[in-house]
Amino acid sequence: MGREMSGILASMIDGVLIGSVYGLAAMGLSLIWGVMDVINLTHGAVIALGMFGMYLLFAAFPVNAYFLLLPIIVLGLLLGLVIYWTSVHWVIGRPQLASLLSTFAVNMIIIGAGTAIWSTSPYNVNFTLRGITIGEYTFTGNHIAAAIGAVIIALALELFLYRTRPGKAIRAVADNREAAELMGISSTTVLALAFAIGIALACASGALVSTLFPFTILSGATYQMKSFVVTVLAGLGKPLGALVAGVLLGLLEGAVTPFIAVSWIPLIEFGLFVIVLVAFPKGLFARATA
Amino acid sequence: MKRLSLILFVLLALFVTAGFAQNITIGMTVSKTGSMNVDSLEQYRGFELWRDQVNAAGGIKAGGKSYKIQFVSYDDESNVKRVQQLYSRLILQDNADFLFSPYSSPLTATAAIVTEQNGKIMLTTGAAEGKTYTLGNHYLFQMFTPGAEYLKGALDALKTKDPKATVAFVYEDASFSNSVVDPARAYAQQIGVNVVFSERYAPNTTDFSAIIDKVIASKATVLLGGGHYADGSTLAKQLYEHKVPVKMIALLVAPDSPKWPELGDAALGVIVPSQWEPQVVFKAQYGPSGTDFAKAYTAKYNDAPSYESAGGYASGLILQRAIEQAGGTDTAKVADALNKTDITTFYGRTKFSTTAADHGLQVGHAMVLAQWQKDKSGKLVKQVVWPVAAKSASLAYPIH
Repeated sequence: MGREMSGILASMIDGVLIGSVYGLAAMGLSLIWGVMDVINLTHGAVIALGMFGMYLLFAAFPVNAYFLLLPIIVLGLLLGLVIYWTSVHWVIGRPQLASLLSTFAVNMIIIGAGTAIWSTSPYNVNFTLRGITIGEYTFTGNHIAAAIGAVIIALALELFLYRTRPGKAIRAVADNREAAELMGISSTTVLALAFAIGIALACASGALVSTLFPFTILSGATYQMKSFVVTVLAGLGKPLGALVAGVLLGLLEGAVTPFIAVSWIPLIEFGLFVIVLVAFPKGLFARATA
Repeated sequence: MKRLSLILFVLLALFVTAGFAQNITIGMTVSKTGSMNVDSLEQYRGFELWRDQVNAAGGIKAGGKSYKIQFVSYDDESNVKRVQQLYSRLILQDNADFLFSPYSSPLTATAAIVTEQNGKIMLTTGAAEGKTYTLGNHYLFQMFTPGAEYLKGALDALKTKDPKATVAFVYEDASFSNSVVDPARAYAQQIGVNVVFSERYAPNTTDFSAIIDKVIASKATVLLGGGHYADGSTLAKQLYEHKVPVKMIALLVAPDSPKWPELGDAALGVIVPSQWEPQVVFKAQYGPSGTDFAKAYTAKYNDAPSYESAGGYASGLILQRAIEQAGGTDTAKVADALNKTDITTFYGRTKFSTTAADHGLQVGHAMVLAQWQKDKSGKLVKQVVWPVAAKSASLAYPIH
């Protein structure tokens, strides 16, 4: 019995570690969705770009891979601005289908170019941190570092949104764009900034994932799907809620897998997705943060 | 006048030689993209090397003519739907005379429906699942030993080395690995090897932590399974990172690739059931020796041949021989020659079943077990460890 319990516990710890990375990925989607009402379908492709960003940077500068997160976030912000000004700005305020289609097109362009450059063969970031062994179970150093990285980035974003003027401006535009403009906030600048941050978060989460698992240019799709589930769990535009919901999702995965075959997990996740959509349309944390 | 007759003579000579030097078009798809990319490319290189060598030697000589070989190939994106469209195109638009299979069992099963409908011969390689051959096909010929045989060697070796071992099967939920593991599980029971855990994972899995935690909890001492390159290499890497205390790991397909040592220490000790290894020497009755094949392959691609490459090259050889025996490219005659084939090449023996129940199934070829071991200089090399009669090194058990 004790052995079984330790197996379940180990599985749940693994779940929490990976869940925080799901959470970070979902924060990017949630921020953009919440602030500008755009469902960003480039999300998965950008996560994959984050993976390749880490791969290329690590190949060029073989230092501790987690130090490379900073340049990746900066590059992610730039990429976000480029995507915003080329394909998102022009469709804001138009029916949601327009932004859905334009971000989908960008997604296809990124994946097409990525496939041409890197093919769809798997790549690896060969960087390993020493893990922690407890009894028979070993938690890899990379999983622990990725989880810590995700939490630090999430807290930094939260501080930015609540403690700085640009952050407050983003929240103001999210709450009521017209009122914010009347108060002298340039909503265009704010929207571009929010989009860039969302993309940078997706890149960062991709970079973290790349230190855990092999990846291809198509690997972002899995995390995009998980991001949707997490965003719906957390409710739109609640970045810290997304992190918590990500951890919850990971915990759920970890807690159920000892009892069922892993192939059932997507079914459980999307079952949960539908239930939350129906029962808590504003997310699990609606009351707490409304 | 003299000049004119000379020109006429040259033209006539050209016309006549052109009449003799005909082309044979062989169609195939290659997974240039998608999950089958690594293995598929190795297979294609085998086809390609064969074609180039045959053409350089003047083509296939049959019935007094010589035929140059040309390929028509497309990227199937590792996608079943693309295979269906592209094999139709290869036959109907590109007028392929013969076909080679894509890589992997599901893609090949799909291609087989199209080739069979059109009455075209297809040599299948890189596709071990046996079920396709029980469907009453007439023009399908399998080069690989069928899936049911893959893990029998590992279980036999285990029975000899450590009869008390407990086995966990962790394998890709795909037609090939299912066709391997289902019979292997039954075989384990038959020879009295204890199976304590068995679970499938989705083909694109990259995170194995949940399954690994379960393997540890099951107290299994041996892990058998895997699927293809992408998942198998990831599984091995994570087994190592999680320090899973198993004494033996045998995975399908992935460890055969020359890319395997890139996994570093995680690569060490892993076993792969193999269709062919350069160390196993067969006395070739037809075509090059194993050494010559490996040498030519390495010279061309700067990489060691895998068994997928060998299977690709051997498919060409077997088709070439059948065309020679048939005296031409007539489908019925070539099929007849293939039915009669029982020959040993560098790749081993090839013989196809001719019974109605499983026509075209490979019944002549045998497999070996190869294990990644360190040589004296500490470099990872693949050694043949089973069967004992063919071994180039002893099985390292336990791994660490």
